[in-house]
Amino acid sequence: MSSAARIAASRAGEIVGPANVIDGADELAGYEVDGLGPGAAVRPGTAEEVSELVKYAAAEKLAVIPVGARTKLDMGMPPARYDLAIDMTRMDRVISYDPGDLTLSVEPGIPLTKLAATLAEHKQFLPLAVPFFEHATVGGTLASGVDSPLRHAYGTAREFVLGLEFVSGDGALTKSGGRVVKNVSGYDLHKLMLGGIGSLGVVTRVNFKTFPRPTPARGFFAAFETMEKALELRQRIMSSKLSPLTLDLGSPGTAELFSSATAAKIVPEAVTADLPARGKWTISAGFWGSTDVSARYERDLRQMAADCGAARVDVIGEDEIPGQLGRKREFVAIVSALSPGAVVMKLSVRASQLRGAQTEARNIVAGAPIDYATLTNGAGVIYFAMLPRRAGDAAQACRQAAGQIMKAITALGGYATIVRCPLELKREISVWGVPREDFPLMQRVKRAFDPCNIFAPGRFVGGF
Amino acid sequence: MDHHLLHELEHLLGHDGVLSRPEDLLLYEYDGSVEIARPQCVVFPAKTADVVRIVELSNRYKTPIVGRGAGTGLSGGALAREGGIVVSFARMNRILEIDIENHRAVVQPGVVNADLSLAVAHAGLHFAPDPSSQRACTIGGNVSENAGGPHTLAYGVTTNHVLGLEMVMPTGELVRIGGKAADAPGYDLCGLFVGSEGTLALVTEVTVRLTRLPEAVKTLLAVYDRVDDATETVVEITARGITPAACEMLDGWTLRAVEAWVHAGFPLDSAAVLLIEVDGLREAAEEHAAQIAEVCRLHGAREVRVACDEKERDLLWKGRKNAFGAVGRLSPTYYVQDGVIPRTKLPETLREIDRIGKENGFEIGNIFHAGDGNLHPIILFDARDSKQFQRAVSTAEEIIRFCIKMGGAITGEHGVGMEKDRLMPFLFSEADIALMKRVRDEFNPAGLLNPGKIFPTGKGCGEVRVRSQRNGAETDSTHEESSPA
Ligand SMILES: Cc1cc2nc3c(=O)[nH]c(=O)nc-3n(C[C@H](O)[C@H](O)[C@H](O)COP(=O)(O)OP(=O)(O)OC[C@H]3O[C@@H](n4cnc5c(N)ncnc54)[C@H](O)[C@@H]3O)c2cc1C
Repeated sequence: MSSAARIAASRAGEIVGPANVIDGADELAGYEVDGLGPGAAVRPGTAEEVSELVKYAAAEKLAVIPVGARTKLDMGMPPARYDLAIDMTRMDRVISYDPGDLTLSVEPGIPLTKLAATLAEHKQFLPLAVPFFEHATVGGTLASGVDSPLRHAYGTAREFVLGLEFVSGDGALTKSGGRVVKNVSGYDLHKLMLGGIGSLGVVTRVNFKTFPRPTPARGFFAAFETMEKALELRQRIMSSKLSPLTLDLGSPGTAELFSSATAAKIVPEAVTADLPARGKWTISAGFWGSTDVSARYERDLRQMAADCGAARVDVIGEDEIPGQLGRKREFVAIVSALSPGAVVMKLSVRASQLRGAQTEARNIVAGAPIDYATLTNGAGVIYFAMLPRRAGDAAQACRQAAGQIMKAITALGGYATIVRCPLELKREISVWGVPREDFPLMQRVKRAFDPCNIFAPGRFVGGF
Repeated sequence: MDHHLLHELEHLLGHDGVLSRPEDLLLYEYDGSVEIARPQCVVFPAKTADVVRIVELSNRYKTPIVGRGAGTGLSGGALAREGGIVVSFARMNRILEIDIENHRAVVQPGVVNADLSLAVAHAGLHFAPDPSSQRACTIGGNVSENAGGPHTLAYGVTTNHVLGLEMVMPTGELVRIGGKAADAPGYDLCGLFVGSEGTLALVTEVTVRLTRLPEAVKTLLAVYDRVDDATETVVEITARGITPAACEMLDGWTLRAVEAWVHAGFPLDSAAVLLIEVDGLREAAEEHAAQIAEVCRLHGAREVRVACDEKERDLLWKGRKNAFGAVGRLSPTYYVQDGVIPRTKLPETLREIDRIGKENGFEIGNIFHAGDGNLHPIILFDARDSKQFQRAVSTAEEIIRFCIKMGGAITGEHGVGMEKDRLMPFLFSEADIALMKRVRDEFNPAGLLNPGKIFPTGKGCGEVRVRSQRNGAETDSTHEESSPA
């Protein structure tokens, strides 16, 4: 440990107590972000401690990365500097919960599973079906901006985070929004922090709107020989009067992934319906309601699937929902576990471009030693996974393809970013894609929040 | 105003694109609020390039500039608090693109909210945010205020339906953020700019999401002899996890005012009514309507009526949406508040509003978005009596403070504007406000765009608007005036 790091650790120790300073080399290795480790890591217990830590960091110009369960630290670009990790996992309490009002306030270090258990006592839930669910914390989930298959019905976190309390770059404990479900008091600063991967501040409290649990839910599943037919069903459902909870399109590669032993390890809950779909394009949807409502969904979905020429249709019961939703939720985790060299891209396009975008991406990888799998959610976001068949030239081909896909999607008027990839790729291209014309506005946001540029420098869009 | 500036504006927009005679400006010194402030001129750009030039001129002449939609805002947002140029978007009112397949539309900011829904109804779509003022207010104004409406309970407010903006920054730059696809990389700038009350940029184009119309709609009217029973019903509906599409409440005083004018069928002897709507699949709407009717009866509703046809449904909603006009017939001046509270605190808060009103000698009417906990107490006062006006303002403040104590906020949908700037410190700390200010100063460095809004200025509540003459005439001629919220 360098002497600067030692001083930092000891000063931070005064703030959080020596027991909450992590300075052993082994343990610190767990805080590495893209190969770079911090000088020290600390685990504050209160918002005030976070504020003190940030004030200290700002005064010393130390680079800070707030972390939760560390499941998604490889998002974004490698940090330019990294002195102090602020580990939020000690701040894991439910601060208040008003089930009758469907509102909740928690500390950011609370694991999603613990939160889900609290909400389940009142038959409520949060639609945060995000990858690495078993480990992830609320804070990390919000900061990483990952979406969930459930966004089709519930939207992303921006739709149900009512307010945040956070420590901005000058160490001030700040808040925006509130605890009520409707509110226009002041600027919605908290929206900027969702998906900001910790580049604007350290979240110390999150206020949510909660939802009644959609149970019993059921699942619908249709397999097709071609993408075109599957997309036709998707469009039919989209313009029908049905409002399913989820509506996802998987490629044959995805059916393959989901039936793998790796998938079963990550999501132990059983599925049967997906298994015979190997080699097919699949549409899977969840829905819920009374017997009558469910019957209506089933009838209409079956009819539409038949009209679109489905090769096979299944309706699954409540017992298989965790397995089906879990696999979709863990798509990125399954891909990563199967292939450490995998590149997962997020491609957002209009519904009318889904076919074009997938076709372009497929054509780009065709002929290369790459397997691919795609999962497209109800919002028109395509997760496009490239799995190199071997190291060396295949890995190189993935890198090349990623760049080409970015160009192609941008040309379609969409957005392409890289969610997960080997570090080498980040040396060649920005995972955030080409900076857009709104970049100067983002610079202004960053300056207002983090004037000394201490938060996660280098990781975010455009090198923040 | 500098006559060189005026000259340049006229040169840019033509004589009919600029108003500067005092009698013309009179119309622009107010909006829907009780505030008043007169600009030096009003300009009517026809295209984005005009807006860019106007902003450049405002910078060159160091003159404040304020955007204006229909002027229905209820917090003084569109008023030129420090004088200067009002930029009316009345001429930028074209729907630029309707993209049925992708459920998107691209519109100019001056498009009237209801016109967009009408334009896409043939495809079974609508623009979901439905402020009660939707026949008049503009999408630019909705974006700036992050407007809500009765049906935002289930469908979300404006920010949930805006995907992209074209904006002219106060520095004169023309910028696009977001677009038709989801999740533009980087910070959620749309999330910041929607609801920024015209203080960060002038919006020249809006890309919105269109929403499918439901298959079935059921509208219920539950009638109560006690206000508490009505509020308890709302608490239980929320707690049971039934989300109606809309859940509005009118108390006895308000419904009598409405009934005298609109004849919507609200029983005159009742203490409160709930107007509840459910929608969705036929099967689901039926079930939810039955569940809600059950909860209403359980909580003492003496009658639960289900609108049997479109006509009856429209009549009920007309009663709700014309309440403002109805109140205007009773009192020339009234002050509408916009507090929000957790839904579990509704019964307690309504009792407290009643108490505060009595203590200060006001009868306070309540007509509001009960399902969201978004209150709209209406305080009637006589504008000729300045003491009474001051008391109305302090009474409203007492109500808002109570909302904050309940865990609520100072405004649910009308915005802070120049009306509630002094209430901001009740809700936000110095550090909170300082960061918001830093953000504003980054985008609006010279402070020329819509100055004197949102942030506490230390000035008192503005001069009250005396609208007795106007109002009397207006309410008789236009039957379509809407109610606050
Ligand atoms: C009878 C009545 C009922 C109402 N009901 C509701 C309701 O149910 N829900 C609700 O939320 N509100 C309601 N309101 C308030 C008001 O209608 C909304 O705030 C509406 O969004 C304002 O739109 P407008 O076009 O009138 O905007 P204006 O009042 O003209 O302006 C509002 C703000 O937007 C800014 N602005 C306007 N256009 C632009 C632009 N192009 N670029 C930048 N800034 C711009 C202005 O500067 C100002 O700050 C009601 C008002 C009335 C009078």
